[in-house]
Amino acid sequence: MGHDAHAEPEKKPGKLGLLGKAYLPAIAQGLLHTLGHIVKWDHNTLNYPDEKRAPFPGYRGEHRLTRDEQGREKCVACFMCSTVCPAHCIEIVAEEAPWPDREKRPKIFNIDMMRCIYCGMCEWACPCEAIELTEVFNIPVRTRAEKIYDKERLLSN
Amino acid sequence: MMEWFAENPVLSGIIKAVVLFAVPMQIVPGLIYFERRICAWIQDRKGPNRVGPIGALQPLADVVKLLMKEDIAPKGVDRAIYVLAPALVFIPSMLAFAIVPVGMDLQVFNPNSGVIFAITIGSFAVYGLSFGGWASNNKYSLLGGLRSSAQMISYEAALFLALMSALMMAGTVDLNVVVRDQIAHGWNIWRQPVGAVLFLVASFAETNRLPFDLAECESELIGGYHTEYTSMKFAMFFLGEYIAMITMSALMVTLFLGGWSMPTFLLTIVHDWFGVAISFDQVTLGTMFWSIVFFSAKTSALLFLFIWVRWTLPRFRYDQLMRLGWKVMIPVALANLAITATVIVLMED
Repeated sequence: MGHDAHAEPEKKPGKLGLLGKAYLPAIAQGLLHTLGHIVKWDHNTLNYPDEKRAPFPGYRGEHRLTRDEQGREKCVACFMCSTVCPAHCIEIVAEEAPWPDREKRPKIFNIDMMRCIYCGMCEWACPCEAIELTEVFNIPVRTRAEKIYDKERLLSN
Repeated sequence: MMEWFAENPVLSGIIKAVVLFAVPMQIVPGLIYFERRICAWIQDRKGPNRVGPIGALQPLADVVKLLMKEDIAPKGVDRAIYVLAPALVFIPSMLAFAIVPVGMDLQVFNPNSGVIFAITIGSFAVYGLSFGGWASNNKYSLLGGLRSSAQMISYEAALFLALMSALMMAGTVDLNVVVRDQIAHGWNIWRQPVGAVLFLVASFAETNRLPFDLAECESELIGGYHTEYTSMKFAMFFLGEYIAMITMSALMVTLFLGGWSMPTFLLTIVHDWFGVAISFDQVTLGTMFWSIVFFSAKTSALLFLFIWVRWTLPRFRYDQLMRLGWKVMIPVALANLAITATVIVLMED
Protein backbone atom coordinates (compact mmCIF):
# COMPACT_ATOMS: atom_id res chain seq x y z
CA MET A 1 0.00 0.00 0.00
CA GLY A 2 2.15 2.83 -1.25
CA HIS A 3 5.34 1.33 0.14
CA ASP A 4 7.43 1.43 -3.00
CA ALA A 5 11.04 0.76 -2.21
CA HIS A 6 12.17 2.47 -5.39
CA ALA A 7 10.20 5.65 -4.81
CA GLU A 8 12.63 6.99 -2.23
CA PRO A 9 15.88 8.46 -3.46
CA GLU A 10 18.81 6.25 -2.65
CA LYS A 11 20.86 7.46 0.26
CA LYS A 12 24.56 7.00 0.19
CA PRO A 13 25.88 5.06 3.15
CA GLY A 14 28.02 7.51 5.00
CA LYS A 15 28.78 8.93 8.36
CA LEU A 16 25.83 9.43 10.65
CA GLY A 17 26.91 12.73 12.11
CA LEU A 18 26.48 13.74 15.71
CA LEU A 19 22.68 13.82 15.58
CA GLY A 20 22.50 10.39 13.97
CA LYS A 21 24.89 8.92 16.51
CA ALA A 22 22.71 10.24 19.31
CA TYR A 23 19.95 7.90 18.00
CA LEU A 24 17.28 10.28 19.24
CA PRO A 25 16.01 11.78 15.94
CA ALA A 26 15.71 8.32 14.41
CA ILE A 27 13.95 7.05 17.52
CA ALA A 28 11.50 9.94 17.39
CA GLN A 29 10.82 9.14 13.74
CA GLY A 30 10.16 5.51 14.62
CA LEU A 31 7.88 6.45 17.49
CA LEU A 32 5.83 8.68 15.20
CA HIS A 33 5.56 5.83 12.70
CA THR A 34 4.21 3.39 15.27
CA LEU A 35 1.90 6.05 16.69
CA GLY A 36 0.59 6.45 13.15
CA HIS A 37 -0.34 2.77 13.15
CA ILE A 38 -2.26 3.16 16.42
CA VAL A 39 -4.08 6.22 15.13
CA LYS A 40 -4.83 4.65 11.75
CA TRP A 41 -6.85 1.98 13.56
CA ASP A 42 -6.89 -0.36 10.60
CA HIS A 43 -6.75 -3.89 11.98
CA ASN A 44 -6.06 -6.89 9.82
CA THR A 45 -7.37 -9.38 12.38
CA LEU A 46 -10.84 -10.88 12.07
CA ASN A 47 -12.72 -11.85 15.23
CA TYR A 48 -12.69 -15.33 13.77
CA PRO A 49 -15.59 -17.33 15.16
CA ASP A 50 -17.83 -14.26 15.06
CA GLU A 51 -16.69 -12.88 11.73
CA LYS A 52 -15.73 -15.20 8.92
CA ARG A 53 -13.85 -14.38 5.79
CA ALA A 54 -15.56 -15.39 2.54
CA PRO A 55 -13.51 -18.22 1.00
CA PHE A 56 -11.60 -17.37 -2.12
CA PRO A 57 -12.89 -18.84 -5.41
CA GLY A 58 -11.23 -22.16 -6.03
CA TYR A 59 -10.60 -22.79 -2.33
CA ARG A 60 -9.80 -26.45 -1.73
CA GLY A 61 -11.57 -27.73 1.36
CA GLU A 62 -13.09 -31.09 2.24
CA HIS A 63 -14.37 -33.42 -0.48
CA ARG A 64 -17.86 -34.16 -1.59
CA LEU A 65 -19.23 -37.00 -3.74
CA THR A 66 -21.82 -35.69 -6.15
CA ARG A 67 -25.08 -37.28 -7.23
CA ASP A 68 -26.70 -37.33 -10.63
CA GLU A 69 -30.28 -36.18 -11.36
CA GLN A 70 -31.69 -39.54 -10.22
CA GLY A 71 -30.01 -39.26 -6.85
CA ARG A 72 -27.39 -41.96 -7.52
CA GLU A 73 -23.74 -41.28 -6.83
CA LYS A 74 -21.93 -40.31 -10.01
CA CYS A 75 -18.86 -42.31 -9.08
CA VAL A 76 -18.23 -45.36 -11.27
CA ALA A 77 -15.37 -46.73 -9.15
CA CYS A 78 -12.76 -46.23 -11.84
CA PHE A 79 -9.98 -45.74 -9.24
CA MET A 80 -8.60 -42.72 -11.12
CA CYS A 81 -8.69 -40.51 -8.03
CA SER A 82 -7.07 -43.04 -5.71
CA THR A 83 -4.37 -43.68 -8.35
CA VAL A 84 -3.53 -40.05 -8.80
CA CYS A 85 -3.72 -39.18 -5.12
CA PRO A 86 -0.20 -38.26 -3.95
CA ALA A 87 -1.05 -38.89 -0.31
CA HIS A 88 -2.73 -42.27 -0.89
CA CYS A 89 -5.67 -41.25 1.22
CA ILE A 90 -8.53 -42.60 -0.93
CA GLU A 91 -9.65 -46.17 -0.40
CA ILE A 92 -12.20 -47.61 -2.87
CA VAL A 93 -13.79 -51.04 -3.00
CA ALA A 94 -15.91 -51.53 -6.12
CA GLU A 95 -19.02 -53.60 -6.61
CA GLU A 96 -21.23 -54.31 -9.60
CA ALA A 97 -23.65 -51.53 -10.32
CA PRO A 98 -27.38 -52.43 -10.29
CA TRP A 99 -28.01 -49.90 -13.07
CA PRO A 100 -27.69 -50.57 -16.81
CA ASP A 101 -25.76 -47.37 -17.72
CA ARG A 102 -22.55 -48.28 -15.84
CA GLU A 103 -20.63 -51.36 -14.84
CA LYS A 104 -19.40 -50.53 -11.33
CA ARG A 105 -20.14 -48.38 -8.36
CA PRO A 106 -18.19 -47.93 -5.12
CA LYS A 107 -19.13 -50.21 -2.25
CA ILE A 108 -16.70 -48.49 0.05
CA PHE A 109 -15.33 -45.02 -0.58
CA ASN A 110 -13.16 -43.77 2.28
CA ILE A 111 -11.07 -40.65 2.36
CA ASP A 112 -8.64 -40.21 5.25
CA MET A 113 -8.91 -36.46 5.83
CA MET A 114 -5.92 -36.53 8.15
CA ARG A 115 -3.71 -37.74 5.31
CA CYS A 116 -5.26 -35.67 2.56
CA ILE A 117 -3.15 -32.71 1.49
CA TYR A 118 -6.06 -30.97 -0.24
CA CYS A 119 -4.24 -30.74 -3.55
CA GLY A 120 -7.39 -31.27 -5.62
CA MET A 121 -5.84 -33.78 -8.02
CA CYS A 122 -8.69 -36.25 -7.42
CA GLU A 123 -11.07 -33.61 -8.71
CA TRP A 124 -8.92 -33.15 -11.82
CA ALA A 125 -8.57 -36.87 -12.45
CA CYS A 126 -12.23 -37.75 -12.08
CA PRO A 127 -13.81 -38.48 -15.51
CA CYS A 128 -17.41 -38.13 -14.28
CA GLU A 129 -17.15 -35.07 -12.04
CA ALA A 130 -18.09 -37.34 -9.19
CA ILE A 131 -15.68 -35.96 -6.61
CA GLU A 132 -15.10 -32.31 -5.92
CA LEU A 133 -13.63 -30.14 -3.20
CA THR A 134 -15.93 -27.90 -1.19
CA GLU A 135 -15.11 -24.75 0.74
CA VAL A 136 -15.63 -26.43 4.11
CA PHE A 137 -12.44 -26.56 6.14
CA ASN A 138 -13.31 -26.33 9.81
CA ILE A 139 -14.97 -29.58 10.97
CA PRO A 140 -13.43 -30.60 14.31
CA VAL A 141 -13.62 -34.16 15.61
CA ARG A 142 -12.58 -35.90 18.81
CA THR A 143 -10.84 -38.96 17.37
CA ARG A 144 -8.77 -39.64 14.30
CA ALA A 145 -11.17 -42.36 13.22
CA GLU A 146 -13.93 -39.80 12.83
CA LYS A 147 -11.82 -37.95 10.32
CA ILE A 148 -11.89 -40.95 7.93
CA TYR A 149 -14.96 -40.04 5.89
CA ASP A 150 -17.00 -42.89 4.40
CA LYS A 151 -19.23 -42.80 1.37
CA GLU A 152 -22.35 -41.60 3.15
CA ARG A 153 -20.44 -38.81 4.87
CA LEU A 154 -18.90 -37.69 1.59
CA LEU A 155 -22.23 -37.82 -0.23
CA SER A 156 -23.82 -35.66 2.44
CA ASN A 157 -20.99 -33.13 2.44
CA MET B 1 -8.64 13.74 58.41
CA MET B 2 -5.21 15.29 57.92
CA GLU B 3 -4.95 15.89 61.67
CA TRP B 4 -5.84 12.29 62.36
CA PHE B 5 -3.05 11.15 60.08
CA ALA B 6 -0.62 13.45 61.86
CA GLU B 7 -1.72 12.27 65.29
CA ASN B 8 -1.49 8.55 64.54
CA PRO B 9 1.78 8.11 62.70
CA VAL B 10 1.98 4.35 63.21
CA LEU B 11 -1.55 3.53 62.12
CA SER B 12 -1.49 5.95 59.20
CA GLY B 13 1.88 4.55 58.22
CA ILE B 14 0.43 1.05 58.10
CA ILE B 15 -2.57 2.23 56.07
CA LYS B 16 -0.32 4.05 53.62
CA ALA B 17 1.97 1.05 53.32
CA VAL B 18 -0.88 -1.32 52.60
CA VAL B 19 -2.53 1.01 50.08
CA LEU B 20 0.70 1.88 48.32
CA PHE B 21 1.59 -1.79 48.17
CA ALA B 22 -1.80 -2.81 46.88
CA VAL B 23 -2.19 -0.10 44.26
CA PRO B 24 0.91 -0.91 42.15
CA MET B 25 0.02 -4.59 42.46
CA GLN B 26 -3.37 -3.80 40.99
CA ILE B 27 -1.89 -1.59 38.29
CA VAL B 28 0.36 -4.36 37.01
CA PRO B 29 -2.43 -6.52 35.48
CA GLY B 30 -3.86 -3.44 33.81
CA LEU B 31 -0.43 -2.53 32.55
CA ILE B 32 0.06 -6.00 31.10
CA TYR B 33 -3.34 -5.76 29.43
CA PHE B 34 -2.56 -2.36 27.95
CA GLU B 35 0.87 -3.50 26.86
CA ARG B 36 -0.70 -6.33 24.91
CA ARG B 37 -3.43 -4.15 23.44
CA ILE B 38 -1.08 -1.32 22.48
CA CYS B 39 1.46 -3.67 20.92
CA ALA B 40 -1.37 -5.22 18.94
CA TRP B 41 -2.57 -1.82 17.74
CA ILE B 42 0.94 -0.87 16.69
CA GLN B 43 1.15 -4.09 14.70
CA ASP B 44 -2.33 -3.55 13.15
CA ARG B 45 -3.83 -6.35 15.24
CA LYS B 46 -6.66 -6.29 17.75
CA GLY B 47 -5.03 -7.88 20.78
CA PRO B 48 -6.79 -9.83 23.52
CA ASN B 49 -10.51 -9.00 23.37
CA ARG B 50 -12.21 -12.26 24.35
CA VAL B 51 -12.06 -12.57 28.14
CA GLY B 52 -14.52 -10.23 29.76
CA PRO B 53 -15.58 -6.88 28.30
CA ILE B 54 -13.04 -5.76 25.68
CA GLY B 55 -10.73 -8.45 27.02
CA ALA B 56 -10.10 -6.60 30.26
CA LEU B 57 -10.14 -9.81 32.30
CA GLN B 58 -7.35 -11.37 30.24
CA PRO B 59 -4.68 -10.70 32.93
CA LEU B 60 -6.92 -12.44 35.47
CA ALA B 61 -7.15 -15.47 33.22
CA ASP B 62 -3.37 -15.35 32.83
CA VAL B 63 -2.91 -15.30 36.59
CA VAL B 64 -5.17 -18.33 36.96
CA LYS B 65 -3.19 -20.06 34.24
CA LEU B 66 0.11 -19.25 35.96
CA LEU B 67 -1.20 -20.53 39.29
CA MET B 68 -2.32 -23.81 37.74
CA LYS B 69 0.99 -24.41 35.97
CA GLU B 70 3.27 -27.06 37.34
CA ASP B 71 6.19 -25.60 39.25
CA ILE B 72 9.23 -27.23 37.71
CA ALA B 73 12.79 -26.81 38.94
CA PRO B 74 15.37 -28.27 36.59
CA LYS B 75 18.07 -30.67 37.70
CA GLY B 76 21.14 -29.19 39.32
CA VAL B 77 19.70 -25.84 40.37
CA ASP B 78 21.04 -24.15 43.45
CA ARG B 79 17.76 -24.52 45.27
CA ALA B 80 17.95 -21.71 47.83
CA ILE B 81 19.19 -19.05 45.42
CA TYR B 82 16.85 -20.30 42.73
CA VAL B 83 13.85 -19.66 44.97
CA LEU B 84 15.25 -16.41 46.35
CA ALA B 85 15.94 -14.76 42.98
CA PRO B 86 12.37 -13.83 41.93
CA ALA B 87 11.73 -12.23 45.31
CA LEU B 88 14.97 -10.28 45.02
CA VAL B 89 13.77 -8.78 41.77
CA PHE B 90 10.34 -7.95 43.08
CA ILE B 91 10.99 -6.58 46.57
CA PRO B 92 13.56 -3.82 45.78
CA SER B 93 11.35 -2.24 43.13
CA MET B 94 8.43 -2.30 45.53
CA LEU B 95 10.53 -0.77 48.33
CA ALA B 96 11.83 1.95 46.04
CA PHE B 97 8.27 2.92 45.23
CA ALA B 98 7.60 3.52 48.91
CA ILE B 99 9.49 6.82 49.03
CA VAL B 100 7.93 8.32 45.89
CA PRO B 101 5.40 11.00 46.81
CA VAL B 102 2.33 9.90 44.87
CA GLY B 103 0.34 12.83 46.18
CA MET B 104 1.00 16.00 48.07
CA ASP B 105 3.38 14.94 50.88
CA LEU B 106 1.93 11.45 50.55
CA GLN B 107 4.53 8.74 50.68
CA VAL B 108 4.91 5.65 52.80
CA PHE B 109 7.99 7.00 54.47
CA ASN B 110 10.35 9.87 53.91
CA PRO B 111 13.86 8.94 54.97
CA ASN B 112 16.56 11.57 55.29
CA SER B 113 18.41 9.99 52.40
CA GLY B 114 15.33 10.60 50.21
CA VAL B 115 15.70 9.56 46.64
CA ILE B 116 19.15 8.08 47.25
CA PHE B 117 17.38 5.37 49.24
CA ALA B 118 15.20 4.54 46.23
CA ILE B 119 18.14 4.29 43.86
CA THR B 120 20.22 2.24 46.27
CA ILE B 121 17.44 -0.20 47.06
CA GLY B 122 16.35 -0.31 43.43
CA SER B 123 19.81 -1.37 42.35
CA PHE B 124 19.46 -4.52 44.47
CA ALA B 125 17.24 -5.89 41.71
CA VAL B 126 20.39 -6.75 39.78
CA TYR B 127 21.10 -9.43 42.40
CA GLY B 128 17.80 -11.05 41.60
CA LEU B 129 18.56 -11.18 37.91
CA SER B 130 22.11 -12.46 38.23
CA PHE B 131 21.16 -14.94 40.98
CA GLY B 132 18.35 -16.25 38.81
CA GLY B 133 20.74 -16.67 35.92
CA TRP B 134 23.42 -18.25 38.07
CA ALA B 135 21.25 -20.67 40.01
CA SER B 136 19.33 -22.02 37.02
CA ASN B 137 22.16 -24.28 35.82
CA ASN B 138 21.57 -23.20 32.25
CA LYS B 139 23.92 -21.53 29.77
CA TYR B 140 21.31 -19.13 28.48
CA SER B 141 20.25 -18.10 31.96
CA LEU B 142 23.84 -17.53 32.98
CA LEU B 143 24.52 -15.36 29.94
CA GLY B 144 21.34 -13.39 30.61
CA GLY B 145 22.27 -12.91 34.24
CA LEU B 146 25.80 -11.78 33.40
CA ARG B 147 24.55 -9.39 30.78
CA SER B 148 21.98 -7.90 33.10
CA SER B 149 24.51 -7.35 35.87
CA ALA B 150 26.98 -5.63 33.54
CA GLN B 151 24.25 -3.57 31.96
CA MET B 152 22.61 -2.46 35.17
CA ILE B 153 25.88 -1.51 36.82
CA SER B 154 26.90 0.54 33.77
CA TYR B 155 23.62 2.37 33.46
CA GLU B 156 23.20 2.90 37.16
CA ALA B 157 26.10 5.35 37.01
CA ALA B 158 24.43 7.34 34.24
CA LEU B 159 21.09 7.15 36.03
CA PHE B 160 22.53 8.48 39.24
CA LEU B 161 24.44 11.28 37.53
CA ALA B 162 21.33 12.34 35.63
CA LEU B 163 19.35 12.24 38.84
CA MET B 164 21.97 14.40 40.57
CA SER B 165 21.38 17.16 38.03
CA ALA B 166 17.73 17.31 39.06
CA LEU B 167 18.56 17.17 42.75
CA MET B 168 21.10 20.00 42.40
CA MET B 169 18.42 22.30 41.03
CA ALA B 170 16.53 21.96 44.31
CA GLY B 171 19.61 21.48 46.49
CA THR B 172 18.04 18.61 48.41
CA VAL B 173 17.30 14.88 48.22
CA ASP B 174 13.82 15.26 49.73
CA LEU B 175 11.47 14.51 46.85
CA ASN B 176 8.68 16.73 48.18
CA VAL B 177 11.07 19.66 48.26
CA VAL B 178 12.17 18.81 44.72
CA VAL B 179 8.53 18.98 43.61
CA ARG B 180 7.94 22.27 45.46
CA ASP B 181 11.05 23.68 43.79
CA GLN B 182 9.58 22.70 40.44
CA ILE B 183 6.31 24.44 41.32
CA ALA B 184 8.27 27.59 42.03
CA HIS B 185 10.73 27.52 39.13
CA GLY B 186 9.21 25.34 36.40
CA TRP B 187 9.61 21.67 35.64
CA ASN B 188 13.09 20.21 35.64
CA ILE B 189 12.60 18.83 32.14
CA TRP B 190 12.86 22.43 30.85
CA ARG B 191 15.71 23.36 33.15
CA GLN B 192 17.58 20.06 32.75
CA PRO B 193 16.60 18.63 29.34
CA VAL B 194 19.83 16.68 28.96
CA GLY B 195 19.47 15.21 32.42
CA ALA B 196 15.87 14.26 31.70
CA VAL B 197 16.74 12.44 28.48
CA LEU B 198 19.65 10.65 30.16
CA PHE B 199 17.48 9.64 33.09
CA LEU B 200 14.79 8.31 30.78
CA VAL B 201 17.23 6.27 28.68
CA ALA B 202 19.00 4.93 31.75
CA SER B 203 15.69 3.97 33.33
CA PHE B 204 14.87 1.91 30.25
CA ALA B 205 18.14 0.07 30.82
CA GLU B 206 17.54 -0.26 34.55
CA THR B 207 14.15 -1.89 34.04
CA ASN B 208 15.54 -4.22 31.35
CA ARG B 209 13.01 -2.97 28.85
CA LEU B 210 13.56 -2.77 25.15
CA PRO B 211 15.71 -1.43 23.51
CA PHE B 212 17.92 -2.61 26.40
CA ASP B 213 16.42 -6.01 27.21
CA LEU B 214 19.73 -7.77 26.67
CA ALA B 215 19.12 -9.80 29.81
CA GLU B 216 15.99 -11.40 28.40
CA CYS B 217 16.72 -11.31 24.71
CA GLU B 218 14.17 -13.89 23.52
CA SER B 219 15.71 -14.37 20.10
CA GLU B 220 19.21 -15.14 21.39
CA LEU B 221 18.85 -16.37 24.96
CA ILE B 222 15.34 -17.89 24.92
CA GLY B 223 14.30 -16.04 28.07
CA GLY B 224 17.65 -15.08 29.57
CA TYR B 225 17.69 -15.21 33.34
CA HIS B 226 14.13 -16.56 33.63
CA THR B 227 14.45 -19.34 31.06
CA GLU B 228 14.22 -22.04 33.72
CA TYR B 229 11.46 -20.46 35.76
CA THR B 230 7.88 -21.61 35.62
CA SER B 231 4.58 -20.90 37.27
CA MET B 232 4.42 -18.26 39.99
CA LYS B 233 8.21 -17.88 40.20
CA PHE B 234 8.15 -16.72 36.61
CA ALA B 235 5.20 -14.50 37.45
CA MET B 236 7.26 -12.90 40.22
CA PHE B 237 9.98 -11.96 37.72
CA PHE B 238 7.31 -10.58 35.46
CA LEU B 239 5.74 -8.64 38.31
CA GLY B 240 9.14 -7.30 39.31
CA GLU B 241 9.76 -5.98 35.81
CA TYR B 242 6.46 -4.15 35.72
CA ILE B 243 6.75 -2.78 39.24
CA ALA B 244 10.21 -1.51 38.33
CA MET B 245 8.64 0.18 35.33
CA ILE B 246 6.06 1.87 37.55
CA THR B 247 8.72 2.92 40.06
CA MET B 248 11.00 4.35 37.40
CA SER B 249 8.13 6.24 35.77
CA ALA B 250 7.10 7.60 39.16
CA LEU B 251 10.66 8.72 39.90
CA MET B 252 10.97 10.32 36.47
CA VAL B 253 7.70 12.17 37.01
CA THR B 254 8.76 13.36 40.45
CA LEU B 255 12.21 14.48 39.44
CA PHE B 256 11.64 15.98 36.01
CA LEU B 257 7.92 16.35 35.33
CA GLY B 258 6.78 18.24 38.38
CA GLY B 259 5.66 15.26 40.48
CA TRP B 260 2.21 15.78 41.96
CA SER B 261 2.00 19.40 40.83
CA MET B 262 0.61 20.90 37.66
CA PRO B 263 1.45 24.13 35.84
CA THR B 264 -0.83 27.07 36.58
CA PHE B 265 -2.60 27.11 33.22
CA LEU B 266 -3.74 23.51 33.73
CA LEU B 267 -4.90 24.37 37.23
CA THR B 268 -7.10 27.09 35.76
CA ILE B 269 -8.54 24.54 33.31
CA VAL B 270 -9.38 22.27 36.24
CA HIS B 271 -10.90 25.30 37.96
CA ASP B 272 -13.04 26.10 34.91
CA TRP B 273 -14.23 22.51 34.36
CA PHE B 274 -14.69 21.19 37.86
CA GLY B 275 -15.02 24.41 39.79
CA VAL B 276 -12.29 23.57 42.28
CA ALA B 277 -9.55 25.99 43.07
CA ILE B 278 -6.31 24.19 43.82
CA SER B 279 -3.38 25.76 45.48
CA PHE B 280 -0.41 23.77 46.62
CA ASP B 281 0.23 26.04 49.60
CA GLN B 282 -1.34 23.77 52.19
CA VAL B 283 -2.32 20.13 52.41
CA THR B 284 -6.07 19.60 52.31
CA LEU B 285 -8.14 16.61 51.24
CA GLY B 286 -9.05 18.31 47.95
CA THR B 287 -5.53 19.17 46.91
CA MET B 288 -4.43 15.72 48.03
CA PHE B 289 -6.98 14.14 45.70
CA TRP B 290 -6.07 16.33 42.76
CA SER B 291 -2.36 15.90 43.32
CA ILE B 292 -2.85 12.12 43.16
CA VAL B 293 -4.83 12.56 39.93
CA PHE B 294 -2.09 14.69 38.37
CA PHE B 295 0.61 12.29 39.48
CA SER B 296 -1.28 9.25 38.13
CA ALA B 297 -1.93 10.95 34.81
CA LYS B 298 1.71 11.81 34.30
CA THR B 299 2.90 8.37 35.39
CA SER B 300 0.43 6.70 33.05
CA ALA B 301 1.68 8.82 30.18
CA LEU B 302 5.24 7.73 30.93
CA LEU B 303 4.19 4.10 31.20
CA PHE B 304 2.60 4.45 27.79
CA LEU B 305 5.93 5.79 26.55
CA PHE B 306 7.67 2.72 27.99
CA ILE B 307 5.29 0.41 26.12
CA TRP B 308 5.37 2.53 22.98
CA VAL B 309 9.17 2.51 22.84
CA ARG B 310 9.28 -1.21 23.43
CA TRP B 311 7.18 -1.98 20.39
CA THR B 312 9.00 0.53 18.19
CA LEU B 313 12.70 -0.09 18.64
CA PRO B 314 14.85 -3.09 17.91
CA ARG B 315 17.25 -4.39 20.53
CA PHE B 316 20.73 -2.95 20.90
CA ARG B 317 23.72 -5.13 20.22
CA TYR B 318 25.71 -5.78 23.38
CA ASP B 319 28.80 -3.79 22.40
CA GLN B 320 26.58 -0.92 21.24
CA LEU B 321 24.87 -0.98 24.59
CA MET B 322 28.14 -0.80 26.48
CA ARG B 323 29.54 1.90 24.19
CA LEU B 324 26.41 3.98 24.64
CA GLY B 325 26.55 3.58 28.38
CA TRP B 326 30.22 4.24 29.04
CA LYS B 327 31.33 6.42 26.14
CA VAL B 328 28.26 8.56 25.59
CA MET B 329 25.89 8.67 28.52
CA ILE B 330 28.31 8.86 31.44
CA PRO B 331 30.54 11.58 29.90
CA VAL B 332 27.51 13.60 28.83
CA ALA B 333 25.98 13.21 32.28
CA LEU B 334 29.25 14.29 33.94
CA ALA B 335 29.54 17.31 31.65
CA ASN B 336 25.92 18.20 32.34
CA LEU B 337 26.56 17.93 36.05
CA ALA B 338 29.68 20.12 35.84
CA ILE B 339 27.89 22.79 33.83
CA THR B 340 24.92 22.72 36.21
CA ALA B 341 27.19 23.06 39.22
CA THR B 342 29.09 25.95 37.62
CA VAL B 343 25.91 27.80 36.70
CA ILE B 344 24.43 27.31 40.16
CA VAL B 345 27.58 28.67 41.80
CA LEU B 346 27.72 31.64 39.41
CA MET B 347 24.04 32.43 40.01
CA GLU B 348 24.58 32.51 43.74
CA ASP B 349 27.25 35.19 43.47
